[in-house]
Amino acid sequence: MQAIVLYISQTLALIQKELLALLKDPSSRALLLAPALMQTLLFGYGATYDLTHAPYAVLDQSRGAASREITARIDGTGVFKRVATLQNANQIAARIDSGDALLVIVFPPDFESRLAAPGDAPMQVILDGRNSATAGAAAAQVGSIVAAYNQSLGVESPISIVRRAWFNPNYESRWNLMPAMIASLSMLQTLMLAALSVAREREQGTFDQLLVTPLTPSQILIGKAVPSILIGLVQSTIIFLIILFWFRIPMAGSVWLLYLGLVTFTIAAVGIGLSISAISLTMQQAMLYTFMLIMPLMLLSGLLTPVRNMPQILQIATYVNPLRFGIDTVRRVYLEGATFADVAPNFIPLLCVAAVTLPLAAWLFRHRLS
Amino acid sequence: MSRSAARARLVALIRKETRQMLRDRSNLFVGLALPVVLILLFGYGLSFDVTDARVAVVMEDSSAATVNAVAGLVGSDYLNPVWTRSMVEAEQMIRAGEADAILRVPADFTRNLAAGGGQLQLILNGVDSGTAQAIEGYANSAISNALLHLSDRQADTAAQSASVSVVQRTWFNEAGDSTWFFVPGLIALVMTLIGAFLTSLLIAREWERGTLESLFVTPARPTEMVLAKLAPYVVIGMIDLVMCLLAAKFLFGVPMRGSLWIIILSSMLYLMVSLALGLVISGLTRNQFAASQMALLASFMPAMMLSGFVFDLRNVPVAIQVVSNLLPATHFMGLIKTLFMAGDYWPQILRANATLALYATVLVLIARRTLAKKLD
Amino acid sequence: MTGLTVSADALTKVFRDADLGDLRAVDGLSLSIRQGELTALVGPDGAGKTTLMRMFAGLMTPDEGSLRVLGIDVARHPQRVQDRISYMPQRFGLYEDLSVQENLDLYADLHGVPISEREDRFARMLEMTDMARFTDRPAGKLSSGMKQKLGLACTLVRSPDLLLLDEPSVGVDPLSRRDLWKIVQQLVDDEGLSVVVSTSYMDEAERCAQVFVMHKGRVLADGPPGSLREKAGGLTFTAETPAGTPARDLQARLIDRPDLVIDAVPQGGNVRFIRQPGADEPRMGDLLDGIETSARPEELEDAFMMLLRQQEDEAPASLAATRPAEVATPSKDGKPVIAVRDLVRKFGDFTAVASTSFDVGRGEIFGLLGPNGAGKTTTFRMLCGLLPATSGHLEVAGRDLRTARAQARARIGYVAQKFALYGNLTVRENLQFFGSAYGLGRRALRDRIAAMIEQFDLDPEAKSGLLPGGYKQRLAMATGLLHQPEILFLDEPTSGIDPLARRAFWRTITALAKGGVTIIITTHFMEEAEYCDRIAIQDAGEMLAIGTPREVRDMAGTAGARDMNSAFIAIVESARAERGRRAAA
Repeated sequence: MQAIVLYISQTLALIQKELLALLKDPSSRALLLAPALMQTLLFGYGATYDLTHAPYAVLDQSRGAASREITARIDGTGVFKRVATLQNANQIAARIDSGDALLVIVFPPDFESRLAAPGDAPMQVILDGRNSATAGAAAAQVGSIVAAYNQSLGVESPISIVRRAWFNPNYESRWNLMPAMIASLSMLQTLMLAALSVAREREQGTFDQLLVTPLTPSQILIGKAVPSILIGLVQSTIIFLIILFWFRIPMAGSVWLLYLGLVTFTIAAVGIGLSISAISLTMQQAMLYTFMLIMPLMLLSGLLTPVRNMPQILQIATYVNPLRFGIDTVRRVYLEGATFADVAPNFIPLLCVAAVTLPLAAWLFRHRLS
Repeated sequence: MSRSAARARLVALIRKETRQMLRDRSNLFVGLALPVVLILLFGYGLSFDVTDARVAVVMEDSSAATVNAVAGLVGSDYLNPVWTRSMVEAEQMIRAGEADAILRVPADFTRNLAAGGGQLQLILNGVDSGTAQAIEGYANSAISNALLHLSDRQADTAAQSASVSVVQRTWFNEAGDSTWFFVPGLIALVMTLIGAFLTSLLIAREWERGTLESLFVTPARPTEMVLAKLAPYVVIGMIDLVMCLLAAKFLFGVPMRGSLWIIILSSMLYLMVSLALGLVISGLTRNQFAASQMALLASFMPAMMLSGFVFDLRNVPVAIQVVSNLLPATHFMGLIKTLFMAGDYWPQILRANATLALYATVLVLIARRTLAKKLD
Repeated sequence: MTGLTVSADALTKVFRDADLGDLRAVDGLSLSIRQGELTALVGPDGAGKTTLMRMFAGLMTPDEGSLRVLGIDVARHPQRVQDRISYMPQRFGLYEDLSVQENLDLYADLHGVPISEREDRFARMLEMTDMARFTDRPAGKLSSGMKQKLGLACTLVRSPDLLLLDEPSVGVDPLSRRDLWKIVQQLVDDEGLSVVVSTSYMDEAERCAQVFVMHKGRVLADGPPGSLREKAGGLTFTAETPAGTPARDLQARLIDRPDLVIDAVPQGGNVRFIRQPGADEPRMGDLLDGIETSARPEELEDAFMMLLRQQEDEAPASLAATRPAEVATPSKDGKPVIAVRDLVRKFGDFTAVASTSFDVGRGEIFGLLGPNGAGKTTTFRMLCGLLPATSGHLEVAGRDLRTARAQARARIGYVAQKFALYGNLTVRENLQFFGSAYGLGRRALRDRIAAMIEQFDLDPEAKSGLLPGGYKQRLAMATGLLHQPEILFLDEPTSGIDPLARRAFWRTITALAKGGVTIIITTHFMEEAEYCDRIAIQDAGEMLAIGTPREVRDMAGTAGARDMNSAFIAIVESARAERGRRAAA
């Protein structure tokens, strides 16, 4: 019993020391919090696939009522913003090349007359394909505007599709991206923090001083892991609150489950960080190893593009990537209101990563020789 | 005499920096191996192109007409129908992440179709908005194909009224292949990476190890030190550039419509900006930890998220556009995508390169100041 | 040879710090340094020596006053000065990943040494530093003594108009130190080099033509060593240690009476001391109590100690404050506390420690001496359980600390060579953490911290990383002693610390040993070996000598008669010659 109390009080002392060392100076406190805050706001506005005020130009050679009506409808959506009205076809290239216009809509001279007769009246949409995602989205938007116009002409299709989107009714890409930030932005710094924690002590010679104390490797491990985990969770919370109250993305699931997922994910990330730290002899090595890992972790996580679109072999590789499961859990709990049973399979790989990396780090503390 | 002395000093410093770079394997790994990993990951791993999206099909009405209507889905490369018995089961599949969408054929579909208004229900998981939109598009076109069959057979009942059709032409990237827009941007990202992760440590490391104090009290001039630090990493950057270009051309078949020499010159200019930015961060922080954090937060992450690499800058609010335009990466990102896919568009080439040259000059001057041979 | 190479007038440099207030590192200092001479700057920690050197080198700009180096206003034209001088900072910035030759080449290129002159110069430098064999070795793989010599070689790739050396011999063993000075002396003799050197070794200052004693940013005294020495004239004596007691007991007795004795140090088995000029004769007689004393010629160190002690009068002497509370004395049961048998440690093919055996008894002060790279630190790290032994047997307090359960480590204390506490935590926070890590309860922790803070005269709220060198060392000691260990490991605790602080440090150590604490210590100050009960000299991983200081001195024969420094050099050199003969045969 006494041994347990001693174990806990020694470990708490180490945790307290780590937190103190990390949070002592106002500047290092700022370094831990400000980036999460700024990046969430910047990326919240900047990282979007949604068209808003997408610039377009019109070349209306028919100058009829129909073309006017369609352009008015396009202007009315709020998705597009007309930046130019062209006079002839030679002007198209310059608008697209310069990126001034994402798309140019061309009504041919015979548009009005063909529309008067039964059959197709083609209008032309020229898209800037340099960003295929935006181009695709713009094409789809124009398509649905035209379809709505056709419907107003009284064209009845025998089959219609009623579309309903669950969890994100307006297809806002911000809803998809921002919850993922809760996991990924905080991971950037937790990984780095954990990776540097032991490497810094080794480089400054304090690790020897720690190793000659009666602290056991498991105590050192817990003492090093808990502060990184706490800071990771504080960052996640900041991002979470910004998303909830500033960007007002509705939270569908349970906060407890969200945090259960985040804690598990952060433990796995810290495990990776501490293993890097225990392997590295210098801070420089630890940082470079971290950089080398961060990139693949982010790219293969489903943050920017879905994991399912990847080739099979890369999809298999993502099973060791805690970020993939962290993001998936957060997204599904946040947006879909997933229950524990729904996301339970995500916990298995996360716990596996933690179960391998944490003991490995503890073992390396004493066995990695300088 | 003094010019040749300066040249000799510069050569000596470059030799020193090169040796140091070559001796440290982790440097070479970040400089040469990481770009290869990134090329492969970006080229193969990142894709918006949805294939085999799983659609749970609930057939509450299984007449011949329904089967016809849904038939289009089966033939598609993009959609992968999973036949389910009930809405409950389909919903469960969505919640478990096993299906991305539900196509429901209501029990009264055939009846309504006969009356001229058959309705199908498409329920999508909107969380991944991109995938959801893509599936909707695919489903729509699959259904309209089915409709075409229908109207072929019932030619007389098909409406002969007029309608507007959209003829779509996507310039530069006709197939809408997302690899085409990721890979050129990758060049920008790799150039950023060398500056952010390698040169950002250079001066800070010398401060931490105390080597600058000895170096300062020699005839070596700050400018020589800055140039010498840049030189070996320019070579690394060039090797990376060549790798990226070869991969773009031969591995991913991305078109290179602009002139090769403009691509190379502009990339080198951006490389200088990125390396000098790394040096400035290094010289200002004098601490490897702070330098790497700064480089990651101020240089690399914004280059990835805010430069137009993935997200189109035309979609973002003005304030964010202003921030983006302060980043040198943004100017190069736009330029390199244009050079690859659109060709030599001179106004942009001149504007972007002038901006980059300005950045490079200012940053080199600041880097030089951080090595001003003072300890106080 | 009469020109001035440096002339400073009312020179002031202030470091501004929002928290700590302004620190006047150099405070209205004026001096002139003559050309073609060796000039020494001596003074305690924080006297402003390094700041002054950096201003000479144009690395710092004076806040007030004028400074001309080689006749150039250095504040306005630093580069012109830097083109002509050579400067070796305290930590010479060798590029550790470059080889010895590459480091030399780099500095030769930067200084524009013509290729034609290089061959001769390099050959001479490599010969003087005895490094011709290692030209391909990366600088990072050299021992600290070798690094320092290489640093000097890099500084001297050409003959500068002025050579600045900032504490060149910190952490350097006596052999390398002798070599370093040989190089400098030779250049002064051959080329008429002007050299300014800062040092805390008084024997080094003694070699210089001119000595400036600095204190708190000012010059306290200056002149040739001979005239400075005279300040201690007639006050210097040697006291003979009574048979059967260690010299350090007598030394402790003397140094604890600052009213009568200015300074006392053990030497050659006896104690040399300086009387207070106005010491009361009867009381002096009481103190000495029949102990034989004889007058001895005064040395520069005596004058230095006198000057500093006079300054200290304003502040109470730190000695009394650092006298430790006596620890309960465990009985000497005769069983060794540390037993080492046939200990071997190899790194790849390289044998760092070859079959080493020794015992250390309870309450003993055991000194591990040896040149840089001799295997001291490796032995030391194995004892503390930081490094596994390749083979052999090792027991500390009855256990091998590496495999022992964690609580066994609670019985030892460890003070690392380099300051190894958390720099951004305060003194109290550091003590609290280590106390808890050693499992002290809340009350015990509070009491011990209070005791340590008082004993070592520490400011509990000061930020550890910003403490001056001597105080950092005190804090490290306080941390090592917090949990009242039975055994205390000290790795070069006195490197880079001025003589004054070293006296205080050793007073603490001797009191601890008296209290029954076993002390294992490594040091480069050979005179400090005189405080030890027994010492061991290691070189190239082998144990060359082990015994009491007197035995070791005797082992060295006539060479060792004078002092430990010469005994050490003689023992190591004869062993090396022997090895050379064996290798040749």
